[in-house]
Amino acid sequence: MARTGPKNSARRVLTWLGAIFVVLTAVLGGGVISGHASWAPKLALDLEGGTQMILAPRVEGSSEISEEQLNQAVAIIRQRVDGSGVAEAEISTQSGRNVVVSLPGTPSKETRDLIQASADMNFRPVIAAADPAAIPVESRTPDDQLPKPTADPTNASDTNWVTPELYKEFEALDCVNPSTEKRERSDPAKPLVTCEAATDKTPAIKYILGPVEVKGQDISSSSFSQVQGAQGSVTNSWGVNITFNAEATAKFKEVTERLNQFYTASLAQGGNDPKAQFAIVLDDKVISAPRSLAVITDGKPQITGNFTQASAKALSDQLRYGALPISFEIQSQEQISATLGGDQLRLGLLAGLIGLLLVVVYSLFQYRALGFVTIASLVVAGGLTYLAIAILGWTENYRLSLAGVAGLIVAIGQTADSFIVYFERIRDELREGRGLVSAVENGWKRAKRTVLASKAVNLLAALVLYFVAVGNVRGFAFTLGLTAVADLIVVFMFTHPMLQVLARTRFFGEGHRFSGLSPDRLGAVPLYRGAGRLRTPTEKPAVVRARNAGAAAEAERRMTIAERRLAEKGQLTGPSNGTKEEK
Amino acid sequence: MTTSFATFGNELYTGKRSYNFVDSKKIWFIIAAVAVALSILIPVLKGGFNLGIEFRGGSEFTVSNVKTTDAGLGEKAVHDVVSGAIPRVANVAGNTMRIQTDQLTDDETNRIKEGLTTAYGVTENEVTSNFVGPTWGQDVTRQALIGLAVFVGLAAVLMALYFRTWKMSLSALVGMLVTMFTTAGVYALSDFEVTPSAIIGFLTVLSYSLYDTVVVFDKIRENTADISTSTRRTFGEEVNLAVNQTLVRSINTMMVAVLPVAAILFIGAGLLGAGTLRDLSLALFVGILIGTAATIFIAAPLYAWLRQSEPDLVKQARKVAHRRAEATV
Repeated sequence: MARTGPKNSARRVLTWLGAIFVVLTAVLGGGVISGHASWAPKLALDLEGGTQMILAPRVEGSSEISEEQLNQAVAIIRQRVDGSGVAEAEISTQSGRNVVVSLPGTPSKETRDLIQASADMNFRPVIAAADPAAIPVESRTPDDQLPKPTADPTNASDTNWVTPELYKEFEALDCVNPSTEKRERSDPAKPLVTCEAATDKTPAIKYILGPVEVKGQDISSSSFSQVQGAQGSVTNSWGVNITFNAEATAKFKEVTERLNQFYTASLAQGGNDPKAQFAIVLDDKVISAPRSLAVITDGKPQITGNFTQASAKALSDQLRYGALPISFEIQSQEQISATLGGDQLRLGLLAGLIGLLLVVVYSLFQYRALGFVTIASLVVAGGLTYLAIAILGWTENYRLSLAGVAGLIVAIGQTADSFIVYFERIRDELREGRGLVSAVENGWKRAKRTVLASKAVNLLAALVLYFVAVGNVRGFAFTLGLTAVADLIVVFMFTHPMLQVLARTRFFGEGHRFSGLSPDRLGAVPLYRGAGRLRTPTEKPAVVRARNAGAAAEAERRMTIAERRLAEKGQLTGPSNGTKEEK
Repeated sequence: MTTSFATFGNELYTGKRSYNFVDSKKIWFIIAAVAVALSILIPVLKGGFNLGIEFRGGSEFTVSNVKTTDAGLGEKAVHDVVSGAIPRVANVAGNTMRIQTDQLTDDETNRIKEGLTTAYGVTENEVTSNFVGPTWGQDVTRQALIGLAVFVGLAAVLMALYFRTWKMSLSALVGMLVTMFTTAGVYALSDFEVTPSAIIGFLTVLSYSLYDTVVVFDKIRENTADISTSTRRTFGEEVNLAVNQTLVRSINTMMVAVLPVAAILFIGAGLLGAGTLRDLSLALFVGILIGTAATIFIAAPLYAWLRQSEPDLVKQARKVAHRRAEATV
């Protein structure tokens, strides 16, 4: 840190850039070694092949959908897709109105129907419960011993609902590895045999449920809170609170009266008669089956148990969907074959390479040796962008789509433009008659502002595109924004420091005719031509602007010491009155 | 050639060689007005844009690596499943066929897919299908328009803040709007389908157009910073000099931006046919050329014209004329 000249600061900045690269590479490398990341960026469906469905959730009786409802819709679909055994599905929301489901391969018709079906929640009383495993065929109840209804069922908990067929189905049902095949939506007036999925705390359970007694739509609200103890003290266990509408309140009172009798009757045996439970059923799967410990007369039951805050919130959310039968309308569905995706990627990359090559040739032709700085800068920017995309693919699951590739190709031009603006500024300064070292410093000062302003426009565009994104626009906007940022880093931390260093080399500094910065070729008249000859006023390039009273203040502010000295020199050689009007 | 380009740059810089963009503004404005009017007329006369399936809704199949490009096979495959349908079958690239129909049910889609597989002798995974519901297009259109409005609004604010003069901001926006209309007009003329990808390209063009204007206006601002005390040139001449001085950069930037896009448009599209890349690159290709021109021929002269009647600048122009008259005596 002894000396601080442009050269030393340039070296420092370049070292920092090197450090950024090393860190990013190490992060990605670490990810690869740990097996979570890969060196190649993740590809989106249109490049990898697969199916993308865009679904619009529809809530009965309202045209708009709130953000909360949309998140619920995503949760419902995620559950259904996971339940149908499709691996690696991605589900996201788009522009606050749609749900995007991306699946590898081609989904079966069943999966599609399942995804589209509207959510359906209701409450059914439990008739019987058992361990989740299917009973092996040899130990199943023989036909002559199967339960048979002896009379018509009198209420929803009546065991007379259980027919021999239903019982057979119950025994055969496997809730440990539930089958993924789509079943017809159950009939609310008939009993149902189904599973409650295992959680990290509880094993799966299979049930025989009675007919539907209360519909999900009758829930007017649900919430979760800490359970209050006897004296209103707050305990640290969580509960879920439901509020039913008036009609369901009366109905629910009847149900709990009946279930509570089973509970009190079974208290002697530990109070675990399954008939005391009522099951909350979503899409024909039991999500919870609490026991009725009391008669609920006000339509505001509270479900308690071994809830954590998170699981209480999850159940409360699910109950809220029950209140909203959301259905899904397929807005668009795209199936891309892996062949086509691969072709498109190859051609996109080919076109990008050819474009890059053309840019390289053009900049060498235009800027000679400086062109190599452009190329090196593009390579550095490309490296940064690649690392960012690969790391984001790992951490944020960002996938590169065809539109994203297009964004990268378009960005080549906009990135190169920063260098062009900068180089042209340096040339302007050379034409003013400056030496290369100060031309680089001054040119940078002016180019910096332009580059920042123009990149701000780019970033603004990328942001707007990203936030109003529809379809595949988002991938494009993202890469456009990413490259704008990478470009800024490269211009500030690579291109400018490189030029500061290069300006001190003989090849550039003495203006070799292939350096692209040769003053003679730029028609500059040097200020000092050796042997004590200074430029005469008439030889002044026509562009040197007067810096007189009006602009002096601003000019002062923008002048470095070196510039000021130069200006003084200029005054010494300029017209004696200090103004520069040509008469 | 290289020498001449460098010399060209020098002469532009010193003002030795100068193209008079500002003084002949009337011509440019008239050309722009005609171009914009035509761009509005063309789609109207043609009965609107050629909207892609995303906006119309319907089903589309793409069959790649076909053995034969006989359109009849595709039509037959559709008719076998849906007798009354009127499919549009086209050979979109070397050996890729595209079949578009009205909306089909799932079952029909799958059966037609099978039919196409056998008809063109390809494997199952070389047929892609795409189904778009009728409301999707409205959604896309609405979002694109919102994006457009938001971008223009924010850009105007950004420019006004950066240049600290509404006249520059206005000129830049007018240049951008001219670019927008004419690019849309060319798109309508080309009969390319308007797809969401084209819309992306379109919005990107706007950003490019503004970006380009910012660079040139930056130079204009620098050149005219102390205009009130200079008697060397009038305001209009200073603006013109700034445009000339950044002309080399404008040409270089345009070339560098357009080359990769042209590579996609002419190489990618030839091999791949219609698709995201082609739609995007056409909009960009046209837009970058027009955007660069609009900055030089419309935005800069308009700014000069908006300001030249300001009292201070009128006074300054008189001084310049006076000094020149003296000099010639």
